[in-house]
Amino acid sequence: MSEPILSLRGLNTHIAQYHILHGVEFDVPRGQLTMLLGRNGAGKTTTLRSIMGLWRASAGEILFEGRNIAGLSTPEIARLGIAYVPESMAIFADLTVKENLVLAARNGPLDGARLDWLFGLFPAMKRFWTLPAGVLSGGQKQMLAVSRAIVEPRKLLLVDEPSKGLAPSIIANMITAFRELKQGDTTILLVEQNFNFARQLGDSVAVMDDGRIVHRGSMAALASDAGLQQKLLGLSLDAHQ
Amino acid sequence: MTATVKAATADALPQVRTDRLPLLILPVVMLLALPAIFDVPAWLTLTLAGLAMGMMIFLMASGLTLVFGLMDVLNFGHGAFISVGAFVGASVMLPLAAWMQADSFALNMAVLLPGILAAMLVSGALGYGFERIVIAPVYGQHLKQILITMGGLIVAEQAIHVVWGPDQIPLPRPTSLRGAFIIGDVAIEKYRLLAVAVGLLVFLAMMLVLNRTKLGLLIRAGVENREMVESLGYRIKRLFVGVFVAGSALAGLGGVMWALYQETVTASMGMQVMVLVFIVIIIGGLGSVGGCFIGALLVGLTANYVGFLAPKLALGSNILLMVLILLWRPQGLYPVARR
Repeated sequence: MSEPILSLRGLNTHIAQYHILHGVEFDVPRGQLTMLLGRNGAGKTTTLRSIMGLWRASAGEILFEGRNIAGLSTPEIARLGIAYVPESMAIFADLTVKENLVLAARNGPLDGARLDWLFGLFPAMKRFWTLPAGVLSGGQKQMLAVSRAIVEPRKLLLVDEPSKGLAPSIIANMITAFRELKQGDTTILLVEQNFNFARQLGDSVAVMDDGRIVHRGSMAALASDAGLQQKLLGLSLDAHQ
Repeated sequence: MTATVKAATADALPQVRTDRLPLLILPVVMLLALPAIFDVPAWLTLTLAGLAMGMMIFLMASGLTLVFGLMDVLNFGHGAFISVGAFVGASVMLPLAAWMQADSFALNMAVLLPGILAAMLVSGALGYGFERIVIAPVYGQHLKQILITMGGLIVAEQAIHVVWGPDQIPLPRPTSLRGAFIIGDVAIEKYRLLAVAVGLLVFLAMMLVLNRTKLGLLIRAGVENREMVESLGYRIKRLFVGVFVAGSALAGLGGVMWALYQETVTASMGMQVMVLVFIVIIIGGLGSVGGCFIGALLVGLTANYVGFLAPKLALGSNILLMVLILLWRPQGLYPVARR
């Protein structure tokens, strides 16, 4: 396994009086796609938001390239090269597709070659370039949210349930796009409940339950062990396969 | 301006319809007032007066609507920047009263422009201090924001009494801005024309910044979803401080314009005009500059028409206008797509 770009060590997060994460520990190997799986309410989204500094970790370490980023602000974390695609997509509906991407390009004007690559991944972005993002369909919004995260090269991409609510054809597009991203230099940590989606993409996997990591290993091993899948993800499989 | 969302299928190009309906309200109100007033010169005079009043309210309200949209901050202390701006402007202009009263446009402007500039600078600086000391500790706590900003407004009003005394200060307009252009039977007040010009200039500048610059993109995106703006690596609090200072400076500009309009300066003028300011930003849609502009003009026109036709109803006419608009569009004329 390659060296981890991100390591969580004993991560605890409280939201108001609720203790959500209880000592979460796992590594995200550089250059790989790590799936974070688990039932609804297991703490997956909280984990991503804690990494981004959107919810402050109450204890533990978040090591990014060996540096503890747990106390940094969200903009500081983003500027280290971490991009985030939230479950809600959070596209800017009143801004055009172009404006959404211009805003995401922190380091200057949009790079033409990068843009061509993006248009290759998501042709809809070129087609709807000058339209307000609010008029896009759910799948197109998801493509825009991912495009926004990768419009400039980032070291680590955090993606929260990209397949949620999408038609199968759009999900297939997403899988292709993430595969291509994976072949590049981007490390991806992807939260997912759709196991079919997850097993087509994941290199390694961490499974959460009740705010704790209950399983870590390779995706291939989990995908080939039906009993383990049922034990770890039974409810999720029933609901989402 | 927002665009009406129409569902897009996977392949079809979505249709974007710009929502122009609220823009029609202004001509409709003007045309409805014409037969009611039944006197074209009076109607024209009232219309210009309404537009001028609306522009001045827009100057005072535009910063507040962005502040609310960006950070969900209910700043009842905004009126303090209006009052302080008016007093600072008066303090610069009154010692040079001889130039103000001179029959020379150049001399008049040589007093007026520094007065406006000083008002904007001091109000902006006050805004910076207000944000750091009063607002920053209560982000995300609406009830505390209301209480502490109301408190801030009262403190500012009393501080004005201490610095400038308890009496109202007469502030006559510069000579070249007094009187009116007479065209037929229509009297067009010079000062109202200036107010319309300044209001339009500020509105166009704001639209230019919001729609043509990256700073504007950040502000518009921040109004929609500030958490995502931070996730993209931008420090939204710095942006907010900048917008707060700019909004306070604009309130100072509005304060000077309002004081010259009324030809008097009082410590409570900011608090008094805040009712209109809140009506305007609610009518426009919280966080929307375009909505704020239309809302301000509507309020100005309504106040003048109703004041002429039914003076006893004048006080409540703007509340009634707000109720009617909210019954039609509960989130205001141009609701901003929100998180």
